[in-house]
Amino acid sequence: MKVLVAVKRVVDYNVKVRVKADNSGVDLANVKMSMNPFCEIAVEEAVRLKELSVKEGRVATEIVVVSIGPTTAQEQLRTALALGADRAILVESADELTSLAVAKLLKAVVDKEQPQLVILGKQAIDSDNNQTGQMLAALSGYAQGTFASKVEVSGDSVNVTREIDAGAQTVSLKLPAIVTTDLRLNEPRYASLPNIMKAKKKPLEVLTPDALGVSTSSTNKTLKVEAPAARSAGIKVKSVAELVEKLKNEAKVI
Amino acid sequence: MTILVLAEHENGAIAPATLNTVAAAAKIGGDIHVLVAGQSVGAVGEAAAKIAGVAKVLLADNAAYAHQLPENVAPLVAELASGYSHVLAAATSNGKNILPRVAAQLDVDQISEIISVESADTFKRPIYAGNAIATVQSSAAIKVITVRATGFDAVAAEGGSAAVEAVSAAHDAGKSSFVSEELAKSDRPELTAAKIVVSGGRGMQNGDNFKHLYALADKLGAAVGASRAAVDAGFVPNDMQVGQTGKIVAPQLYIAVGISGAIQHLAGMKDSKVIVAINKDEEAPIFQVADYGLVADLFESVPMLIDAC
Repeated sequence: MKVLVAVKRVVDYNVKVRVKADNSGVDLANVKMSMNPFCEIAVEEAVRLKELSVKEGRVATEIVVVSIGPTTAQEQLRTALALGADRAILVESADELTSLAVAKLLKAVVDKEQPQLVILGKQAIDSDNNQTGQMLAALSGYAQGTFASKVEVSGDSVNVTREIDAGAQTVSLKLPAIVTTDLRLNEPRYASLPNIMKAKKKPLEVLTPDALGVSTSSTNKTLKVEAPAARSAGIKVKSVAELVEKLKNEAKVI
Repeated sequence: MTILVLAEHENGAIAPATLNTVAAAAKIGGDIHVLVAGQSVGAVGEAAAKIAGVAKVLLADNAAYAHQLPENVAPLVAELASGYSHVLAAATSNGKNILPRVAAQLDVDQISEIISVESADTFKRPIYAGNAIATVQSSAAIKVITVRATGFDAVAAEGGSAAVEAVSAAHDAGKSSFVSEELAKSDRPELTAAKIVVSGGRGMQNGDNFKHLYALADKLGAAVGASRAAVDAGFVPNDMQVGQTGKIVAPQLYIAVGISGAIQHLAGMKDSKVIVAINKDEEAPIFQVADYGLVADLFESVPMLIDAC
């Protein structure tokens, strides 16, 4: 079966972002960009499914990786190719798109590619929305297995163990289905140098929202982006006794 | 303006996050209706009717809604949504699972995890792991929103007397089914609702050492949380994780023990009223957000703290 994986180019998770002085957004000039950590887990899971031999053959026969974003997102697609994806699609758009617009573009790609399984990260660490996978599932009419910590494909269904607030839940979904990854699903591998070189020769198709016939208009508008209120400086206490005294008498929390 | 709130419930009881979500709805203004979807949820409907400020409870009691599978619940919410100006759910794993599916069906953008209501169409929400706060305006006819519980003080669970109306619509997509559930057992308060949270990190060294934190938590009536490092190392189950990818807490007092304070952890707890850090590394980033910091070996200081509290 064919697996489609969506990846997003985001500011690297180790970067402490700064809000622009005019409050129009976050300053991303000259900031290190990477593949969203949850997307790395999605790519890894697809590659593991392809590696996993089962009786009737391989679970995943082809991995197509897709990204929606600026030209530079090709870097993240090449990374995914180096990790084991077979080919890549970039839907090029310089605009900052909402989750719904991205879900609509992914739906168009799903219609074109007809994958049996689509794997996304559970959220991007920039917008922190946690919406795209669910929205894609709704638009395509597929079942969804969100916040997956375990994925087992068997025949025409997939069992997904999900991380929920109170523990874990396992659901069975009919294929085709959408899965979004949680951190605990797997430990992503690193790309080896020979694979990085080979990835440069793998096919990468570039599309546009217009070519896919998708409108990316939005009902949401960001008016302002501010830095969060700073916490007032704390103090270092010298002993446990002093700590307890402060908590009891100064902060009055115990 | 009428607002529909999707009730969060488990084991036949209303989850506390629902009360925070109703509080957010009250800030928007207008009549508040609560939808309870599930199987054998009559008692939940009764409880929802008693929540202060709720005008009506819609009760969708059907086998198709058992375990609140999003493939079945989202079409129900989307169908009911046409009569409402806003659809709200708590930003719990359940709310996050269902609501974006509803938004896409309604062809509107969702606003996730709001922390404040500026007006009926404008909301604030954290982005970049809480390192920036965005003010977002929605022009959608039906505004679909998830609510970060810690951003709003809960309304009273008692005092209301709303009418309960049965909803007969049964949506069964037949695409998914529930297989099993493994719930972590705990007698301590629920992490996201606790007034005091004691959290341990990699510095705890092993799972057995968490007994010190459990003892401290029991003394303080606190919940016990953990950093991702502690969860990944297998010290504690992952539903105890506090952070960007775990739970968001904002208790009165957060005690971080043996936690360095990575950006992703801070995203889950930096709105706590008072933060205490106990760490032997005085350069640890956690001290930059802590109101009270103690540079000390946790294995000496935590037992002393238990005795002193």
